[in-house]
Amino acid sequence: MKYAFFPGCSLESTAWDFDASVRATFAALGAELTDIPDWSCCGSTPAHASNTSLAVALPVMNLLKARDMGRPVLTACASCYARLRTANHKVKTDPAERQRTERIVGKPYDGAVPVHHILEALTRHIGADAIAARVTRPLSGLKVACYYGCLLTRPPEVVAFENPEHPVSMDTIMTAAGADVVDWPYKTECCGAGLSMTTSAVVNRLGHNILAMARRAGADCLAVACPLCQVNLDLRQRDAAKAHGPLPETPVLFVTQLLGLALGLSPEALGIEGLFVSADGLLDRLAPAKAAGGAA
Amino acid sequence: MSEALPWNDPTFLRDVERRSGASVSACFQCHKCSTGCPVAPEMDVMSSQIMRLIHLGARDEALASQSIWLCASCEACTTRCPQGIDIAAVMDTLRMMAVEAGVTLGDARGNKFNTSFLSSVRRHGRVFEMGLMTAYKLRSGDLLGDVGKVPGMLKRGKLALWPKSSGNAKEVREVFKRADQEEKNR
Ligand code: SF4
Ligand code: SF4
Repeated sequence: MKYAFFPGCSLESTAWDFDASVRATFAALGAELTDIPDWSCCGSTPAHASNTSLAVALPVMNLLKARDMGRPVLTACASCYARLRTANHKVKTDPAERQRTERIVGKPYDGAVPVHHILEALTRHIGADAIAARVTRPLSGLKVACYYGCLLTRPPEVVAFENPEHPVSMDTIMTAAGADVVDWPYKTECCGAGLSMTTSAVVNRLGHNILAMARRAGADCLAVACPLCQVNLDLRQRDAAKAHGPLPETPVLFVTQLLGLALGLSPEALGIEGLFVSADGLLDRLAPAKAAGGAA
Repeated sequence: MSEALPWNDPTFLRDVERRSGASVSACFQCHKCSTGCPVAPEMDVMSSQIMRLIHLGARDEALASQSIWLCASCEACTTRCPQGIDIAAVMDTLRMMAVEAGVTLGDARGNKFNTSFLSSVRRHGRVFEMGLMTAYKLRSGDLLGDVGKVPGMLKRGKLALWPKSSGNAKEVREVFKRADQEEKNR
């Protein structure tokens, strides 16, 4: 598969480790990612909370560039994904919004450029079997709680690749990588990342709930697929424990970091050193990589 | 004859419905949205109560609530509402109306953050985190919150020290200008 990759602002800075691990795992799985040239910010929540026209126009600027590339868009950030999909949805369903957007960006656009999240690409385009066939270092014995957060599955009429209350794509990928996924009830509870800068007290409570529940379900670590969730649950973990009671340190890894390890990629190539709560203890437990095709 | 309620602004419901595209009138007060809302415990007026305030034309109360700035835009309410009401879009609309009305009774730190974020995008075409944090801290006066996190973030390469601009920054500025204009004419 060939994709027009939209990294987004988080992957360029706070989540450089997500960026590195997405590129490394997709390359290892034979997918070709080319960045959308001169991509610009999707506007995220600040745009949709303050200017509806801007919230559609900013994503559309990038979708137009992907259209020129003739490739579907791939993105790793849940917020970018939601904004790009929402822009398409609005342009497709609301003629007035479409006209407004076309006036702003100065080009016709019908909302037709496909937008995929990496979880969708991994499960629907590449597939669990193809992943399992390339696993050289199964994550055996590693208990993973897959945490999806809010925007990957909601609202379903806009994002639409999973059940909004019970998503399974990340569980499928982690199972293919040989991990034991735990069954737990907080897969889609919001971590409050959007409030991280402004209202950290609320964010600490939400983060604590999620981490404590993952531990109760027996998880050693969390797998996430959103840069905002990751930084929120990782960077603020100590604050959450201070405010709401002790928690065992719980590494919060990007799903592509865990998958990359299973594919035999090095921790350096996957940006594991970017984590605040170290995953070294987990890595020590993994068996060394075998020759390709050794899993399943 | 009963007296008109002091807060009964008959245009409020219509304005909110038009701008958000959500049929607030369809809300039958089941409270499912509030039940699943992650920030309901901290809210002064929960989402289902906001819907009721809109029915009642309580413009000032709705726009001055802390809740509209506490909403995390997680879309749980919109996904679950049995009446198909896009409650998250209503929250966005109320935030915009509160800013336009100059209502500052609620906690508008969220607005200061949004302004800082968007001015970074307007200038560079992308968000520049260090600049964003500085601009937000200056606007909100919350100068010490989170400074302890900066060294750890820098060490892990998680905060850029200088902006990475999009080669498209000029076009982005034009889009901001035209979008501001379109938003005024909406
Ligand atoms: S879930 Fe929908 S119908 Fe029920 S109270 Fe909330 S807005 Fe009203
Ligand atoms: S979108 Fe806002 S109001 Fe709705 S459930 Fe999430 S935080 Fe609550």
